Amino acid sequence: MTPGAPRLTRRIAEVGFLAFCWAATALALIALAAILWSLLSQGVGGLNLKVFTMSTPAPGSEGGLLNAILGSLAMCILAMIGAVAVGMMAGTWLSEFAKESHYGKVVRFVNDVLLSAPSILVGLFVYELLVRPMKGFSGYAGALALSLLAMPVIVRTTEDVLRLQPTALREASVALGAPVWRTIMAVIWKSARGGMLTGALLAFARISGETAPLLFTALNNQFLSFDLGRPTANLPVVIFNFALSAQDNWRRLAWVGAMLIAVAVLAVTIIARLSTREPKRS
Amino acid sequence: MNAQTLDAPETKVLALPPDEVCLQVQGLNFYYGGKQALFSVTAGFKRKAVTALIGPSGCGKSTLLRTLNRMYSLYPGQRAEGQVLLDGTDVLSRGVDLSALRAKVGMVFQKPTPFPMSIYDNVAYGVRLYERLGKAEMADRVEESLRRAALWEEVKDKLKDSGLGLSGGQQQRLCVARAIAVKPEVLLLDEPASALDPISTARLEETISELKGDYTVVIVTHNMGQAARLSDHTGFMYLGQLVEFGETDQVFTNPATGRARDYITGRFG
Amino acid sequence: MTAVADSPETGPSRTAKGAVFDRGFEYLCFAAATLLLTALGGLIISLAIGGWPAFAKFGPAFFVTSTWDPVGEVYGASGAIVGTLVSSALALVFALPLAMGVAIFLVELCPVPLRRPIGTAVELLAGIPSIVYGMWGLFVFAPWFAKHIQLPIMGAAPPGSLWETITTGIPNGTGILAASAILAIMILPFIAATLRELLLTIPPAVRESAYGLGSTTFEVIRKVSLPYVRTGTVGAVMLGLGRALGETMAVTFIIGNSHGFPTSIFASGSTIASTIANEFAEATSDMHTAALIALGLVLFIITFAVLALARLLIGREAYK
Repeated sequence: MTPGAPRLTRRIAEVGFLAFCWAATALALIALAAILWSLLSQGVGGLNLKVFTMSTPAPGSEGGLLNAILGSLAMCILAMIGAVAVGMMAGTWLSEFAKESHYGKVVRFVNDVLLSAPSILVGLFVYELLVRPMKGFSGYAGALALSLLAMPVIVRTTEDVLRLQPTALREASVALGAPVWRTIMAVIWKSARGGMLTGALLAFARISGETAPLLFTALNNQFLSFDLGRPTANLPVVIFNFALSAQDNWRRLAWVGAMLIAVAVLAVTIIARLSTREPKRS
Repeated sequence: MNAQTLDAPETKVLALPPDEVCLQVQGLNFYYGGKQALFSVTAGFKRKAVTALIGPSGCGKSTLLRTLNRMYSLYPGQRAEGQVLLDGTDVLSRGVDLSALRAKVGMVFQKPTPFPMSIYDNVAYGVRLYERLGKAEMADRVEESLRRAALWEEVKDKLKDSGLGLSGGQQQRLCVARAIAVKPEVLLLDEPASALDPISTARLEETISELKGDYTVVIVTHNMGQAARLSDHTGFMYLGQLVEFGETDQVFTNPATGRARDYITGRFG
Repeated sequence: MTAVADSPETGPSRTAKGAVFDRGFEYLCFAAATLLLTALGGLIISLAIGGWPAFAKFGPAFFVTSTWDPVGEVYGASGAIVGTLVSSALALVFALPLAMGVAIFLVELCPVPLRRPIGTAVELLAGIPSIVYGMWGLFVFAPWFAKHIQLPIMGAAPPGSLWETITTGIPNGTGILAASAILAIMILPFIAATLRELLLTIPPAVRESAYGLGSTTFEVIRKVSLPYVRTGTVGAVMLGLGRALGETMAVTFIIGNSHGFPTSIFASGSTIASTIANEFAEATSDMHTAALIALGLVLFIITFAVLALARLLIGREAYK
């Protein structure tokens, strides 16, 4: 081997490769910056008090997003209550009771399927389950769809963080004569609460921007309503409808809504990420 | 199955007078799944005295300890045969209330295991499971336990702080306080000092020797000096068998079996 | 429930408060776990029942014909199925090299103080709701894409060539390729995050010994790191693909929403998800609804197959 030529090609390959990695990262960051910039530049202009005090307007008239914001909040909160309750228990079962049993493996796999199932299919399911039999779109149906989307995230994170709790901690509690349920609730959950909170926040971030499953569960409502038994306005669907409309003020509101939702989701994501430690390189 | 690897296993186990025995282990075999880890162990642990279990790694001393409070029952696939008599009842039998058993047989682990709660709540945790004490009574119990574990002076002004904020040695003494707060009869110590520095180890040893006289203590240790300093009786285990069991002085100065002599004089292990 | 200490010196014989709840607690947890199973079962069954009329009426033709005519009540899914597969596959082609670049950058090249901020920024890209991607894609990305990518490519095509055939389209920046580009941006952070986790599992000694032999970073990555995480990488790719297949809103905004086979990369098309999103709430007839639900079942089967394959390849620990 002559030392000169291979060394040169190696250097070229190396430089090209490093440049590509830098460029790829730069591209990702540029995309993020471009999206955020569009949201801010288009959204801030339309931001005013009416956005938070008035409901979605009829074509040509003035209005805001109050009904959509409240509807989204109500459905997300309801969804999270259900998802946290069921998800925590199921995650606890997987980590503390299922061990390596076959049924445990099945449930784990099922959870992964739910985690990656397209959200629009969850919407179809809830439509068939609730909307069609009840002959009407409703906020409850929307909340159920969102709940089914948040649940697998919570199951997964709960199981993962509970498994990280040292065995010695369980044994120490059991050694004091504590029954298993107390050990789990008073010691293990408490010890894992940081991670579980992160999981809940990520689940919340995931569902608060979800649109597809709401299209035919909660539908939309032009008016302010506190009755979740009826079609319920929500930000994502309002954004979808307004963005594709020809009305200028509707489009402006769509940008405002998109900005609000993105800011909220990103803030929750950042909080969740800051509360977990960076994986260490070992 | 590996009993054969011992050529002519010479064993000598001191039999204590029955009325002095708190915990009597009789013909105990233990299995991790298909693998046998203890081979017909028989020993008596003297009431209100310290018994040390020594031996090389993997000899079964921790396993023996974990059968005494049925800790192994948490894990399917682990099982014990034989008898462990505590006050005349067999703790290995099916109908035993495990929680009640473990309240009577406390345990402190190799690494400190403070719960993620305040120092006070750590100590009160076990007590609350069994007794409904008034506020003042509970405060007394916590103080008493912390004093006995020689931790009171260091933490009395920060009982509301998290137990996780203490040093390793303090955490381990907190675990001792937590264990004795429920007033057990027996205290099992599984290499309690192995994660501690020498100074903390010395303090923990003081604590343990003060507990003797009130509790039946069984301590597993790698440190032979510790066993010699603390215990009244010593059991030497090897390959799942209790090879020699007797008065600590006798075991350390004049071991009866060849294996124990080799181990204690540092020829293996 | 409580037993008061009968002997203050040593422990009394006693039962823990509520030890009887142990069984109950376990059953409650078990029931919650079983609820997940029920949910998935219900999802599959409801899609199968809801879609059954369409399968029964059209039979195999549902999968191979591309006529989608709500007025004439004729439904063939192949246009949407092909649109789904093509847009996702293209998205993967764009996203995979970029995601590898990002993951390698974060693990090997990034200055330590920047690792966390840049890592978080990439994760934020994954956190942006898809409806926002959709709006941004339609109003910001599409015009840019038309001007700087679509027109130059169409202009460069020699008349009459195959190249021209597959690049014909209305130069408005929407269509299959634009949707794929948006999808690529959306799945990039997922693949990058998984790859990064995988790269972090390589024992330092392995990489260090390769560097110790005088290898360049490129050679270490190509010959040591990537082979080391190969199966996991395939799994990560499958997971990214699964995301792209089921993505709804962003695609709905930008793919152009026309039924039938896409004829060129700039032609408008549809995916299964976008068709359902567009038509379901306003479905004109029972058969229309049934056909859309049948489409949903097809999508479920595709994503399920991809996930199952990913699971087989990656194991369960390495991805989030």
